[in-house]
Amino acid sequence: MIEVRQVTKRYGTKTVVDALDFTAKPGQVTGFLGPNGAGKSTTMRMIIGLDAPTSGSVTVNGKRYAEHAAPLHEIGALLEAKSVHPGRSAYSHLWGLAQTNGIPRRRVDEVIELAGLTSVARKRVGAFSLGMGQRLGIAAALLGDPAVVMLDEPVNGLDPEGVLWVRNLLSGLAAEGRTVMLSSHLMSETALIADHLVVIGRGRLLADTSVEALVQEAGIGAGIRVGSDAAERLRQVLAGPGVSVASSADGELEVSGLSAREVGEIANRNNIPLYELSSRAVSLEEAFMELTRDAVEYGKVAA
Amino acid sequence: MATHAATPVRYRLTFRGVVAGEWTKFWSLRSSWITLGVSLLLLVAIGVIAALTFTPGAAEAPGPPGTDASNAVGLALAGSTFASLAVGVLGVLIAAGEYSTGLIRATIAAIPTRLPLIWAKTLIFGVVAFLVTAIGAVLAFVLGSPLISGEAIALGIGGDGVLRSLIGAGLYLGLVGVFGVALGMLLRSSAGGIAVLVGLLLIVPGLTGLLPDSWADNITPYLPSNAGGAVMALHESSGSLGPWTGLAVFAGWVAVALAGAAYRLVKTDV
Repeated sequence: MIEVRQVTKRYGTKTVVDALDFTAKPGQVTGFLGPNGAGKSTTMRMIIGLDAPTSGSVTVNGKRYAEHAAPLHEIGALLEAKSVHPGRSAYSHLWGLAQTNGIPRRRVDEVIELAGLTSVARKRVGAFSLGMGQRLGIAAALLGDPAVVMLDEPVNGLDPEGVLWVRNLLSGLAAEGRTVMLSSHLMSETALIADHLVVIGRGRLLADTSVEALVQEAGIGAGIRVGSDAAERLRQVLAGPGVSVASSADGELEVSGLSAREVGEIANRNNIPLYELSSRAVSLEEAFMELTRDAVEYGKVAA
Repeated sequence: MATHAATPVRYRLTFRGVVAGEWTKFWSLRSSWITLGVSLLLLVAIGVIAALTFTPGAAEAPGPPGTDASNAVGLALAGSTFASLAVGVLGVLIAAGEYSTGLIRATIAAIPTRLPLIWAKTLIFGVVAFLVTAIGAVLAFVLGSPLISGEAIALGIGGDGVLRSLIGAGLYLGLVGVFGVALGMLLRSSAGGIAVLVGLLLIVPGLTGLLPDSWADNITPYLPSNAGGAVMALHESSGSLGPWTGLAVFAGWVAVALAGAAYRLVKTDV
């Protein structure tokens, strides 16, 4: 559990985080979203005590981070910027960190295997690719078997297989009852794994909500696009309670209130040939940009 | 948190653990081995060469400038200035390297209480640098002695003050290493740390010649390298502090740098 309460961080006269207030709860994945420069990394740095808030309080599992007996067991963090010495091997890096918190060697081997780094564990980190470096960072985050896992842009630099791996790993961790928080500036990527969303812009809280609620609020509903030469006839057979059909172009229908499968079955029953049937992807990115537009524009003017 | 709470874990952040972690970190970098090796080599090789090239009554002392050729200990420690640079620079690197690589973020996340980090680095590097350089000093003396055995300045290792000077060299160089660690943690920059270290140890003592004599006489003995170096001198010379007083004064310089480093580590964001 991460509790951020009215946290403000100023560097000189610049307010980077402004009275931010949210909670990341156990058992769910909290997506922490915001455009670049919104204050995500600074907030995460304050959570693990690298930066001190100018005002407000941050607690991890009920206490200030530094007050825990075994900090790495409370929260494991991957920060956006690299935090390893390139001259050290992955194994030595992890083992050096593990020893500080009394974590046994066995656990180091476990996380190396979990992160798929076994074959390169003895190589110098400086020779690692971006993706391998990211896996090492995730291995380090999991080292203390932490109750909270907090990752800043975890899929940066990962190949599609790696992205899938992170996604499964994080949902697995949340299913085990852990608190999972990950930051991103990509709404679509985050929506795939997050149960809950915390959106910030210019250091202020813009939304603290679920993915569905955010999409609904933004007024963008899911829809089905159907293409048929018999569009008019199709429109008639699809019509029903809770179903709305609109036409955007000749021979094309936008249907909401039915799934693609239902539309296909109805068309088949009525012998109407279709040449296109697709779920129009909900534009989360649009919802996100709508939400953060003011923050971004202000940023541009200020810069 | 059903599953998580069900697995009892006895992990704990302890000073012992922090020391163990720093130990692993220190020896897992190639630069540690190389720089320590270089320190040892400089001490032994230059000491032996100074003994080898010693000519009684020669106008110039063998070895680098500043070599005291009036006795066998002075010759054996001819490499101490170079060794102090190597050891001091390594101290700066193991501290400032945390910042230049970004490792400090992972380190502080593991040790959010912060201060144990600086004490562990000090302890480990102080002890390692002391042991390596003390061994180097004794080796230089033992290997150099047979080369000057016929000369008037020859001394046995059991001679008055000989062992104190040689072990003192280790103590001084160990403290130089800690001084490097403190400057590295304080300035958070390898270049800055090395510049200040070299400046304080080598350049500032040379600048006192610009001061009026009466000032210079009062200030010079208290400068870091002059004060600390007093413990390596076989005979206390006029215008320098006694061996242990000198070492204590240098320890004071190191303590001030450490206090500044500790203050900055605790008070500022990393």
